[in-house]
Amino acid sequence: MTDRQIMTGDEIRRAIVRISHEIVEKQAGTQGLVLVGIQRRGVPLAQRVAEAIEVHEGVRLPVGALDITFYRDDLSLVAQQPIVKGTDLPFDLNGTTVVLVDDVLYTGRTIRAAMDALIDFGRPRAIRLAVLIDRGHRELPIRADHVGKNVPTSREEIVHVRLAEVDAEDEVTIARQVRSTETTAAGS
Amino acid sequence: MTTAAPATGTLTATGAKPGAWHHRHLIDVDVLTWSEIELIMRTTDEMKGILARPIRKVPALNGRRVTTLFYEASTRTRVSFETAARNLSADVVSIATATSSVTKGESLVDTIRTLEALGAEILVMRHGISGAPYLAAEVFGGHVLNGGDGWHAHPTQALLDLYTMREKLPGGDLRGRKVAIVGDILHSRVARSNIWSLTAAGADLWLCGPATLLRGMDRWATAWSGGAVPGHGRFNVTTDIETALRDADVVMGLRIQRERMQAGLLPSMREYAARFQLNAKRLSLAKPEAIVMHPGPMNEGVEIAPDVAISGRSVITDQVANGVAVRMALLYLLAGAHEAAVGEPAR
Repeated sequence: MTDRQIMTGDEIRRAIVRISHEIVEKQAGTQGLVLVGIQRRGVPLAQRVAEAIEVHEGVRLPVGALDITFYRDDLSLVAQQPIVKGTDLPFDLNGTTVVLVDDVLYTGRTIRAAMDALIDFGRPRAIRLAVLIDRGHRELPIRADHVGKNVPTSREEIVHVRLAEVDAEDEVTIARQVRSTETTAAGS
Repeated sequence: MTTAAPATGTLTATGAKPGAWHHRHLIDVDVLTWSEIELIMRTTDEMKGILARPIRKVPALNGRRVTTLFYEASTRTRVSFETAARNLSADVVSIATATSSVTKGESLVDTIRTLEALGAEILVMRHGISGAPYLAAEVFGGHVLNGGDGWHAHPTQALLDLYTMREKLPGGDLRGRKVAIVGDILHSRVARSNIWSLTAAGADLWLCGPATLLRGMDRWATAWSGGAVPGHGRFNVTTDIETALRDADVVMGLRIQRERMQAGLLPSMREYAARFQLNAKRLSLAKPEAIVMHPGPMNEGVEIAPDVAISGRSVITDQVANGVAVRMALLYLLAGAHEAAVGEPAR
């Protein structure tokens, strides 16, 4: 296993600032915008995007957390039930523009599950997607509206996003899997 | 030791990763480690979150087949399991044995083989004979979840009781909290399962009832060391209701099970009510903030006074609501315990 750094802490910070501008630009303001982070690392990322938007717009957007475990399409395939980390959407989704935030976009299955979960809570006017890393290999017709960094990868590689809130430091690394496992959660 | 702990299932969690689920079946709480109980409690929190949503349903068990097979009368437990399964989008088949081929003499083993051939994956079972689910687990290729067997065990009830106590007691911790279980202990699978989980939680547990309905419990209490799960506390047995209730944090009434009552165990229902009924006067011995529980169905006016059952300290309806969430958690966890994951430590 060899880890290669593909984003430093500073690069992560700049990408989040750029995404925060793109989100506001696309919406032509902050009216009706809410951010929803996908557990686990999408949640601190969504918080950081909200902080960045507050700096340049002076508005604090509502931030929610979404756990997609119960909506996964591979629950009958994984060796063990994933541990659920909690959903907290402290606002009404009806009529809002939801920006889903996640760390890595890979097969698209997590996002499919997230959209299904969101729609059980209400009817947003629109759902958009912001990710820190897009590593390709989509299995579903899903694309991100806002991308921190596009990273061409092979399926044998694993992208690790490390965030200070969870992992004590900020960086993104890429590693080659030594043995093939059936862990579908890799980079999801 | 003549009064042994209930027949214990083999521990499959040896060498298991903490925080993960490794049981193919759940027949009693006696096989659960404390970290597994914590996992069930955490998962139940999430399930309660689902029950609070506008759409109380998630696709987690979409297409999975849950069969309920009840050899004893039940409304709340069966409906609770079936609601739980439907909330997870499972397909539910419900067998009431009174209208099934069981009345034609089909054996338990035959019935289970038939249900498996019809596609049952998770079998929720209630049976009047203690230990019947162990037999079911031997022949059934899927998962067996015990919905109560004889006098032996009622694991989902014990877990929903534990969940409700943690939810209602300040701090959510049972260590050192006095829990009094009053009533027909002898015939109670609820009491037997609760002994495991409440001593594991560190509660100061008191069992109370007439001597005839506590038979064997004092010897069990003396010998009790938590059985297969190390670190369990001890429990106490008394026929004195005042000793049991004094300064209690939790008071649980158990139903006087008339259908299991042999002649001579109780002089009369009225006699029992006079000496052991949970009424307002007796409950004044407990702590002012003590909660009152009952697994249902209640004989109001026998083991519990009607005004107590609906008083502000009663959490009986919370128990029913939490039962759905606990059963959702267990169905979810069991459904994920595949061959690969069971008996073998996860990667």
